[in-house]
Amino acid sequence: MSEKEPLFSSKNLKLLTDPVGTNNPITVLVLGICSALAVTVKLEPSIVMALSVTIVLAASNVAISLLRSLIPPRIRIIVQLVVIATMVIIVDQVLKAYAYDVSKQLSVFVGLIITNCIIMGRLEAFALGNKPWPSFLDGIGNGAGYGIILIIVAFFRELLGSGTLFGYPVLEKIGLYNTGYKDNGMMILPPMALITLGIIIWVQRARNKDLIES
Amino acid sequence: MENLLNIFVKSIFIDNMIFAYFLGMCSYLAVSKTVKTSTGLGIAVIFVLGITVPVNYLIENYLLKAGALQWISPGLADVDLSFLSFIMFIAVIASMVQLVEMIIEKFSPALYSSLGIFLPLIAVNCAILGGSLFMQERNYQSIAEATSFGLGSGVGWFLAIVGIAAIREKIRYSQIPAPLRGLGITFIITGLMGIAFMSFMGIKL
Repeated sequence: MSEKEPLFSSKNLKLLTDPVGTNNPITVLVLGICSALAVTVKLEPSIVMALSVTIVLAASNVAISLLRSLIPPRIRIIVQLVVIATMVIIVDQVLKAYAYDVSKQLSVFVGLIITNCIIMGRLEAFALGNKPWPSFLDGIGNGAGYGIILIIVAFFRELLGSGTLFGYPVLEKIGLYNTGYKDNGMMILPPMALITLGIIIWVQRARNKDLIES
Repeated sequence: MENLLNIFVKSIFIDNMIFAYFLGMCSYLAVSKTVKTSTGLGIAVIFVLGITVPVNYLIENYLLKAGALQWISPGLADVDLSFLSFIMFIAVIASMVQLVEMIIEKFSPALYSSLGIFLPLIAVNCAILGGSLFMQERNYQSIAEATSFGLGSGVGWFLAIVGIAAIREKIRYSQIPAPLRGLGITFIITGLMGIAFMSFMGIKL
């Protein structure tokens, strides 16, 4: 390509918006569920997790895309793992330094970003064959698609499970408890994350018939 | 001895990798279409977890922990390499998987052909790395405890994937609302199985 493309051409913009909706990494491609569910009890750790994954994804996409003509195909998996692990170590150290409480809540799940299939999948499928700028957009787009699902699940689990949002007692303020309403403790337990996600997938596929599995 | 058994049972039922921590979900959803293949993958996971957790335990305790290098010379007592643990663990896992693959290929071609493509896939299975990270976080006292934790987690993962595969084989003929078919219903069933597994939670070991 000798002709210079504008930075936000329609093709590049599509890279950014597609993964949020019709090509969502979690609900459509089924990638990266491992770490997606365990952190969604509260909104705050979910947002931190979503940001960390987006940063790692965008940074390693750019790194692999810059190295793509240098990496011998036979050892590319190891190279990718090393790049991802380095990015994750940086994120983990930053979190420990500036957001220690959240980092404690996320516990092992920061480390598990390394084996998050979204990252390996995007590196294999996109960064190895594309230039750095589109790869960066692809990383941000997929990170956002992952983050949105995390935030939706966390929103419902925190609101229905503890009656708070970001720790702020919303339901108490609007006086719902006076009418006899009680928090559903079940929503805090791990299995409800799966069921919430199942329902999100149900809603998305009911609205977009192309995604239905035969 | 009793302690080891406790850790083993606890990691199978109470701290089940899938139902309590959602680890290894990707391959759990992708490979659970038939009982036969999921049995193969489950056995491979038990195998690899049973090896990598103790190996990483040794690395953690003799190389990475704060003051772990003391056995080389007392001058190294205040060296703390624990920030390297992610990269070390994943390197150990990737090379162990490669090694296990070569050993199985040499000594048991039948097992090798039945595990087939699953072995390399395991290197990026979150359950394996998760096993090592939990081992690090929970501070097991001896290598025997770490081994029994690794094996127990593997068995728990095996039970979960074989269970969901059996259910998915049965529900293939059920009337499920079209948008829920496939992924959606699998999530909901896994959630229900998780609720069932939670009944083990109150057991004191």
